[in-house]
Amino acid sequence: MQKYSIFNLVKNALSNHENWDLAWKDPTPKKEYDVVIIGGGGHGLATAYYLAKEHNITNVAIIEKGWIGGGNVGRNTTIIRSNYMYDDNALFSEFGMDLWRSMSQDLNYNVMFSPRGIINLAHSDAQMNIYARRGNSMRLNGIDAVLLNREQVKEIIPMADFSENVRFPIFGGLMQPSAGTARHDAVAWGYARQADSMGVDIIQNCEVVGFDVSNGKIKGVRTSRGDISAKKIGLCVAGSTNILAEKLNMTLPIETHLLQACVSEPVKPVLDRVVTFGAGHFYISQSDKGEMVMGGDLDGYNSYAQRGNLPTLQHVLTEGIAMMPFLSKLKMLRTWGGIMDMSMDGSPIIDKTHIEGLYLNCGWCYGGFKATPASGWTFAHTIAQDRVHKLNSGYSLNRFNTGHLLDEKGLGTRTWIS
Amino acid sequence: MRSQNEFSYGGDATVKRPELNKDISDQEWNDFVYNRKSLRGKHWELWQHLSGCRQWIKVERDTATHEIFNTLKANEDISQ
Repeated sequence: MQKYSIFNLVKNALSNHENWDLAWKDPTPKKEYDVVIIGGGGHGLATAYYLAKEHNITNVAIIEKGWIGGGNVGRNTTIIRSNYMYDDNALFSEFGMDLWRSMSQDLNYNVMFSPRGIINLAHSDAQMNIYARRGNSMRLNGIDAVLLNREQVKEIIPMADFSENVRFPIFGGLMQPSAGTARHDAVAWGYARQADSMGVDIIQNCEVVGFDVSNGKIKGVRTSRGDISAKKIGLCVAGSTNILAEKLNMTLPIETHLLQACVSEPVKPVLDRVVTFGAGHFYISQSDKGEMVMGGDLDGYNSYAQRGNLPTLQHVLTEGIAMMPFLSKLKMLRTWGGIMDMSMDGSPIIDKTHIEGLYLNCGWCYGGFKATPASGWTFAHTIAQDRVHKLNSGYSLNRFNTGHLLDEKGLGTRTWIS
Repeated sequence: MRSQNEFSYGGDATVKRPELNKDISDQEWNDFVYNRKSLRGKHWELWQHLSGCRQWIKVERDTATHEIFNTLKANEDISQ
């Protein structure tokens, strides 16, 4: 594989950049693979990469209905963080933070990881207490957390509304300085390019129409480009999980919901952190292009639409303007939506299934992007070794039977409620 | 025609609570509490006219196009 470096950049500049190698091939599917990963998003591509890199399994295909990186990895608000309270979530996410920090070097692809810090604002004394508790839990797990008072927050984000007589005054906030953002498309492309170079077949425009299962064992997958046999199959299809589960006669603790995001017109640098509103659900950061990147609540009803409706967007932006009034002066540049695999406790599932050789990776709710490397790493381990890793042992499918839920937000089963 | 803002979502309307005074397996509870089909296409679901008459209703809606095919009162059975 051609290395991306300053020397190659100069060399190719001399030939008007017409002689770069393709970043990945466009192979015809083979009849058989050791492992087939369904879903060419961030998690699927990362899984294939770590299967090849960590487990030396390279006879692997990724099959993708559309084009790689066209789903949620291309639609999120690029936030990366590990500010969780529960051990299972905290240790898993913090393992991912280490992978994020070395990702650009590891993939030889600039994913523009920007550890600019995330601040969760608090708007009451009670919320400050809760954040102190969460911050302490994080620090016990080796994650950086700083509790900020009102003045400290004001120093960092003076553009927020610090007036006294507002409905939700800012009392302070919890900051994870090592959190940040990354260039989301580059994550998908970087994993794809490296996986391809190690022998993984990336097969696009290939829709799954059914599965071959006999005697409780997976045999292969039927696709729009022919039948493919496989010893092992991993599902990494986020919002489409229920569609494939139905073809496998499985019913899962997952509902598919729609989440919107939007960006404003680009403006000069004003916000160098990720900030979340604590009295509702709104988060904001500024992209390198200057756009304010914003998101918030789900639309709140089962949806496969991949585009949202205005009432939710209006609600979310009302929160944004309450937090940072200057946003009302900006024009909206673009809005879009993606479909989320909302699990019944708000935490993901990375596990084996009752079908031998079939593995499940789903339930990412609206936190899938930051989990991309850790999810790929642990899912590759689960597939290669046919057993879960310690890091994803809390993300079992069986926890809904046994009651060992990971209900980080305390919302119960209706995780789509806003 | 009422604004969507007046309504609040109540989830899958086809889920049935296990009957009382019967032996109920963990699997049956699981199916009631957690497991959902949540497919693309027609979906029977509960909505409440929260900022209006406060009635609960059953609605058959397409989860991809949001087209509404059918509505029932909360105590009426879905025939399909």
